[in-house]
Amino acid sequence: MPTIPPSLYKSRPVYPGLSWIAGARRHLITADGEGALAVLELLNSADQETRNRAILLYTPGGSKQLGHGAKLAPLLPGACHEFPSIETLLFRLNVELTRANMSTRLYATGTEGFMGQVIALAQGHGVNPLSVKTEHRGSLARRVQCVHCKGFMDGVTTSIVACSHCGISLFVRDHYSRRLGAFQGVIVNAEVAEEIPAAEELYP
Amino acid sequence: MSLTFRDETFRDDFTFRNSPAAIRRFPFPFDRDQYMYSVNMEPHSKGPAGSATEFPIDIDEHYVSEMRERALVLQQDPLRCQSLPHMITAEWDLVELLMTSMADSYPHWFSLSRNGNDWHWINRPLGIDQKFTFGNVATLPYPPMEYITRQCQGDFSLLDQRDDNIWMDAGIATTQADWSLDFDIGMNFMEWHAPVPFAHQMGVFERALKYLLNLQIDKPVRRLNWTMTINPRLDTSPEQYPHWGKDRTQVTAENVGDKVYLRVELQGLWRLPRSNAIVFSIRGYLASLSELATSPKWARRLSRVLKSLPDEIAEYKGLSRHRALSIAWLSQFEDDSPTSPGCGPD
Repeated sequence: MPTIPPSLYKSRPVYPGLSWIAGARRHLITADGEGALAVLELLNSADQETRNRAILLYTPGGSKQLGHGAKLAPLLPGACHEFPSIETLLFRLNVELTRANMSTRLYATGTEGFMGQVIALAQGHGVNPLSVKTEHRGSLARRVQCVHCKGFMDGVTTSIVACSHCGISLFVRDHYSRRLGAFQGVIVNAEVAEEIPAAEELYP
Repeated sequence: MSLTFRDETFRDDFTFRNSPAAIRRFPFPFDRDQYMYSVNMEPHSKGPAGSATEFPIDIDEHYVSEMRERALVLQQDPLRCQSLPHMITAEWDLVELLMTSMADSYPHWFSLSRNGNDWHWINRPLGIDQKFTFGNVATLPYPPMEYITRQCQGDFSLLDQRDDNIWMDAGIATTQADWSLDFDIGMNFMEWHAPVPFAHQMGVFERALKYLLNLQIDKPVRRLNWTMTINPRLDTSPEQYPHWGKDRTQVTAENVGDKVYLRVELQGLWRLPRSNAIVFSIRGYLASLSELATSPKWARRLSRVLKSLPDEIAEYKGLSRHRALSIAWLSQFEDDSPTSPGCGPD
C-alpha cells in the first residue's frame, strides 16, 4: 500500500489514522475508494453502542470493482450511504453539516484530495480542521489548483500537468492549502515557452 | 515638506524611476558582503530624517502612482484582497493604525478628526474626503481593510493569533514577490513559509514565530527582505507569472543596468489593540542596478552578495537566469576595496 511520506513540506497535512472520539454523540464518517478498508477496521473495533451513533458517506471512486460498499452496509444498517462521485458525496455532507448538532465529530479517509475537500467544506461550517480524524488510503495522487485560472484538478500523479481548464502546463509546487484542499500549480514554461521538462510520475 | 508625486507606470511602458533623493534613501538591505537567512528583526523605531524609517508608515514620491497601480490590479483580480469573517475587528484596527500614523507623520497630506466614532478622513494627494462611523462598514465605500490599503503603499496582511500560532486570515497583495494571497489565506506561519529553502532547517521560523507571538502593543518591529525583479514591475504574483516570466529572458549585457531591479521589502509588524491580531506590512522599494551604482559601495556589495549567494536561494528568488549578467555588469565598480560598515550608501 503506498503511503504518503512524512511531511517534508511544512504546509502538507499529516494523516495520523482513524480512531473513535470518545464521548461524541454522533460520528460522521466520510470515505472514498480504499478508505472503505480503514472504515471497516474502525467499525470492527467498535461496540454496538458506538456504531449506533455513526453515519457513513462513501463513494467508491477507483475501487468500484472491489465492492467495498457491500461489506460496509451490514455494519451500519440504514446509516451507510453510497454516492456515485465525490461531488455528490460533498453535496450530502454539506446537508449533514448544516443539520449537525453539538458533539458531532467528523472522520475522513481515502485519497488526500478527497480528505482535503471534506475538511475544506467542514471548515466553512466552523469545524476546526485539526479536529477531523483522518487516514490516508489508496492513491498518492494530488489535487491541484491552477493559480492562474483557479480551476481544480483531481487525481494528479505527475510533477507537471496541463491544466484541464485553461490548458497551461503547470508545475505542482510542494505547497498545500488546507482551505482549498489542494496543491498549488504554477505555469512551468512562463520564461521560455519551449522549456517544458518531462512530467515525472511521482504520485501513483 | 515639498515632494512632487511622480506620474509613472509599473507595467507596459514602465516609466517608473527614482529621483536622486529617493535613491539616497533606498533601504539597501545588506550590512555585509554575504547574505543568509536570519531572524533580522529590530524595533520599528524612528530612523534618521528623510530615511524610509523616519515614520512608521513611509509615503514617498511613488505614492499616487502606486495607488493607481493597486486599483488596476484589484479591478482585474479582486481575490488579491480577502478577509475571513472573524477578521473584521482587525480590519478596523488597521484603519485606525494607518489613518492615525499617516495623519501624524504627514499632516500636510492627510488629516483625521475624531469625535467618538464619528471620523473625518482627508487624503489630499488622492483627493478623498470621507466622513464615516468607525465600526460601521456601511459608512465606507469598501470594506475597512480594502478602503485604507487602497490609500497606503505596501501590501498588508492581518494575522490572527490562536493555538500558539499566527494565521494569515486577511490581507491585500498587489505588489507581491511571487506568493498568492488567495492560496495562502488561512494558513499558519509555518505553512505559508513552506516553500522557503534552508530557513526551516536553520530554525529561523521557530524563533521568529516565538518572537511574534510575544509582540506587544506600541512596540512594533521590522525587518528587511529582498529579491530581484526584471523591470520596475510591482505585480509579480504567481497569478500573473504567465505575463512576467519571459521578462527574465530579456536581460542582456547591454540593458542589465536599467532592466534588473533590486526589490527590497521593509516589513513592519504591529500588535493591534482590539483584535489582538498582528499587522504584517510588506512595503516594497525598487531600484535599478544603475540607480544603486550611483553609490559605488552598494554596487560592490551587491556584486559580492550575488557571487556568494547559495544556488538554492538564487533559484527560490528567481535570480538564476540573470545572476551572472548582473554580477558582470556590477564588476565594473569592483576594485577589491573593503565596503564600509552598515547598510547606507557611500
